[in-house]
Amino acid sequence: MANSSTHESELGELQRRLMLLRVGLFLVVGLLAVRLWHLQIREGPYYRDLSENNRTRSVLLEPARGLIYDRHGVLLANNVPSFSLYVTLEDVKDREGLVQNLADLLGLDPVMIRKKLAVRGSKMLPKKIKDRLTLRDATVIESHRLDLPGVMIQVESQRNYPGGMAAAHLLGYVGEISPEQLEKPEFADLHQGSIVGQYGVEKSFDRHVRGQAGQKSVEVDALGHEKRTVQVDKPLAGNDLYLTIDIRLQKVAEDLLGEESGAIVALDPTSGDVLAMASRPGFDPNIMSRELTSKQWVEIVQDERRPLNNRASQGQYPPGSTFKVPMAVAALESNTMSPSSSVLCTGGYQFGKRIYHDWKASGHGYVDLHKALIQSCDVYFYTIGQRMGIDMMAEYAKDFGLGHETGIELPSERVGSIPSTAWKLKVKKEAWLPGETISAAIGQGYVTVTPLQMASMIGTVANDGVSYRPRLVQAIMDRTTGNLQEMPAVARGKAHAKPETFRIIKEALAAVVTEGTATRAKSSIVTIGGKTGTAQVAALGKEKKAEKDIPKKFRDHAWFVAFAPVEAPKIAVAVLAEHMGHGGSAAAPLAKEVIETYMKQMSQEPTVVPHS
Amino acid sequence: MLDRLIDNRGLDSFDYRFLALVLAILGIGVLSIHSVTHSQQTGIAPYYIKQIAWILMGSAAFVFMLVSDYHRIARMAYPLYGVVLLMLAFVLLEGRTSKGAQRWIALGPFSFQPSEFAKLVLILVLAHYYSKTPRVGWLQRVIMPGMLMFPGLVLILKQPDLGSGLSFVAVYAAMLLMVGVRSKALGVILLLVVMLFPFAWEGVWGSLHDYQRQRIMAFVDPDYDPGGKGYHALQSRIAIGSGELMGKGLYGGTQSQLKFLPEGHTDFVFAVYAEEWGFLGVLLLLVLFVALIWLSLEIASKAKDQLGALLAAGIVAMLCFCVVVNIGMTAGMFPIVGIPLPLMSYGGSATVMTMASLGLLLNVKRRRLSLFY
Repeated sequence: MANSSTHESELGELQRRLMLLRVGLFLVVGLLAVRLWHLQIREGPYYRDLSENNRTRSVLLEPARGLIYDRHGVLLANNVPSFSLYVTLEDVKDREGLVQNLADLLGLDPVMIRKKLAVRGSKMLPKKIKDRLTLRDATVIESHRLDLPGVMIQVESQRNYPGGMAAAHLLGYVGEISPEQLEKPEFADLHQGSIVGQYGVEKSFDRHVRGQAGQKSVEVDALGHEKRTVQVDKPLAGNDLYLTIDIRLQKVAEDLLGEESGAIVALDPTSGDVLAMASRPGFDPNIMSRELTSKQWVEIVQDERRPLNNRASQGQYPPGSTFKVPMAVAALESNTMSPSSSVLCTGGYQFGKRIYHDWKASGHGYVDLHKALIQSCDVYFYTIGQRMGIDMMAEYAKDFGLGHETGIELPSERVGSIPSTAWKLKVKKEAWLPGETISAAIGQGYVTVTPLQMASMIGTVANDGVSYRPRLVQAIMDRTTGNLQEMPAVARGKAHAKPETFRIIKEALAAVVTEGTATRAKSSIVTIGGKTGTAQVAALGKEKKAEKDIPKKFRDHAWFVAFAPVEAPKIAVAVLAEHMGHGGSAAAPLAKEVIETYMKQMSQEPTVVPHS
Repeated sequence: MLDRLIDNRGLDSFDYRFLALVLAILGIGVLSIHSVTHSQQTGIAPYYIKQIAWILMGSAAFVFMLVSDYHRIARMAYPLYGVVLLMLAFVLLEGRTSKGAQRWIALGPFSFQPSEFAKLVLILVLAHYYSKTPRVGWLQRVIMPGMLMFPGLVLILKQPDLGSGLSFVAVYAAMLLMVGVRSKALGVILLLVVMLFPFAWEGVWGSLHDYQRQRIMAFVDPDYDPGGKGYHALQSRIAIGSGELMGKGLYGGTQSQLKFLPEGHTDFVFAVYAEEWGFLGVLLLLVLFVALIWLSLEIASKAKDQLGALLAAGIVAMLCFCVVVNIGMTAGMFPIVGIPLPLMSYGGSATVMTMASLGLLLNVKRRRLSLFY
């Protein structure tokens, strides 16, 4: 019985102690409930975000760049589909393993892949590793997809220039945005891997052509495999450009230069339209738009012939005798000379102790302005230069657009230099020497110009002083609205000279072609006015050598500036052929060829207005 | 219905509230398992079908444990414990290895986990011991039962199975708390020791496997390395937290459906449920568990003899411990130790064992009105 009662009391004690478990149960479950309330209610939105980040990846959809056409609607730049390789670091568990895998599968340089992966940016956003994958490589990646978490093949549009090297300097090329560019405000909405114009019209009109990237949200699983698309914001294609150039004329100009270095610019003087703008040597923008190896890049940049340089707008050369055109205007306008007064040319001009030679040692005899232009008499221009003084010469030269930008919509236009006393003090920190005026009067010495400036100058003369900013794009087609926005011709002010002056000058320039230094530019189908120039590259010794004995790099540059038809000018041309000697023989025939081509086409077909 | 099936003369009526609670939790478990695994390719049958099969087997065990007199079952305690120890030893020698631990014995297409059954057998052993032995001193109260538990604990930790090991100690501690120690204060201290055991790293650190160390490290600083050590803990918290008040809906849990949450159908089934049903669903589940445990405590406190009370207390303590530790670990309160959520996590051994335990519990209740044998 005692045993039983002990039993009873022990059972009672045990069951009382169960109260403790009861209290403990509520305490612990209460704690759990509080914890879960904290997780789900208080921090719920935070964890909701985390779970969304877990499951969704944003994939940028690159826009297709706008198309580029010539003035007749010939396609100059379009896009072709291409495979790009992206990696999302968030989904990569073994980074080094992935680098090795990709290197092995595609034969890529592991160092390059590591570098691309190391670019700063969100782990959630895919990083572009390589573009222009071959179909075979893309297939290899797709078939290894399960072993390559975080790797993605994206079909993107790749810039393509069907014309190859044609108009390369003008069109430019595209490339991946550089880290420096990314810092700039104008590229604020772009990101690593974005393609932007790096040269030519592609660069200067980039914000029109670029388009707007879209975004695709995809759901991924824990291994980074795409499950489904959640949302798509389609990319907006860039706007199309209609250029002013005539690609056939452009090709003719480029072929005329051939393997030589030089530039040909053809403008419509009545609007400023750039009809052709050739620069040689050239490059293939298709290659430049690809990712170049550093070796390829060094090769191009260190090429002594500097193929990337657009000689038309960036090449600065002494204008030689072509400078006599604005000088002739200056002489008449400043009343330094009357059209009928003459200067005696005996083959040289003495100034101080020095004698400045005429190109013709025997001299031209008595020359008036007309004859001085036809025969390109140096002594005549030495004389008027001396009378006007350098500052007045500079004033008139600048009136014709020399010494400052033409305003063409191309990156890094150069301005050349038109010297004056103030210019020399500022740039050379020296006083102007009177003798320097004499060289300047025939476009030597400190005077340098670009072929584009000279084309614009002769166009201004042809157009009786009215000048337009050179225009490359005549219209932009807005892809979203379908509207065609015409770019107006922009008048750039007027050269201050009387119509009579222009009449006299143009008459003389026409005679230059018919009976003067440029008879090789004489055309049977159109009247041409022009002026030759031969720009000295190096001061040669007193003994005149035969041209063929001079090393090519010391030979003179050949210039010819021209307009046609003389009665109602429709085209202005500047030709510069580096180290080709005399303007009359080396440059004038090229200008004639360009003008004739253009005039023939004009008579055949009108300009096609682009339609949406 | 069940009343008529089993001999009910002189017995308390069958508790349908209890059965309803058990079925509700089982149902929630099957639904969650289905949700997280429905898109997976599995071998013989989908996980939820297999789980239903385990539940049917568990029901058989439940009925068996319900109808036979618990005194007769308790008398089998020592031989059963011997069998369990042999199986645990066999597991170490021949068992199937999974995730770095040897826990399973393969039986044809099935494999079962002796450590799960060891828990129930330990309850039987300790209840039997305390109800038969006069408890006069420390030796009989604490040391002897400890000696009884010790070989099983060593074999389980050797697998290693930290979760089952902790449950083992928890059962022992609960028993001590009920009858082993005279002073309540000491009992409370003992309980605390068990709860704090996971924090006492230093002593056990050297004996832990790499993955266990990593799981423990994950608890210390889960945000440190989301892709590595803290991955499970962080993904589980994200799953639960992102459920917010209303949840993402059945099949809508992105964490579990897209496999960010590992082990969604087993140890982390609670996170799956919490993600899809939100805080409201979680409250419902907690209420179900609390009600079940409350009824179990009622049974213990109304048991007619010490053996019954001890059995009921041990079972309720084990149930309580597993529920709290599992939810606590998925919610990031405790380290991840691999304890399944009773009645919800996928797994044959655990399901059958839990249902057998609940059968035994009801057995105690049914016989509280019967006469002493």
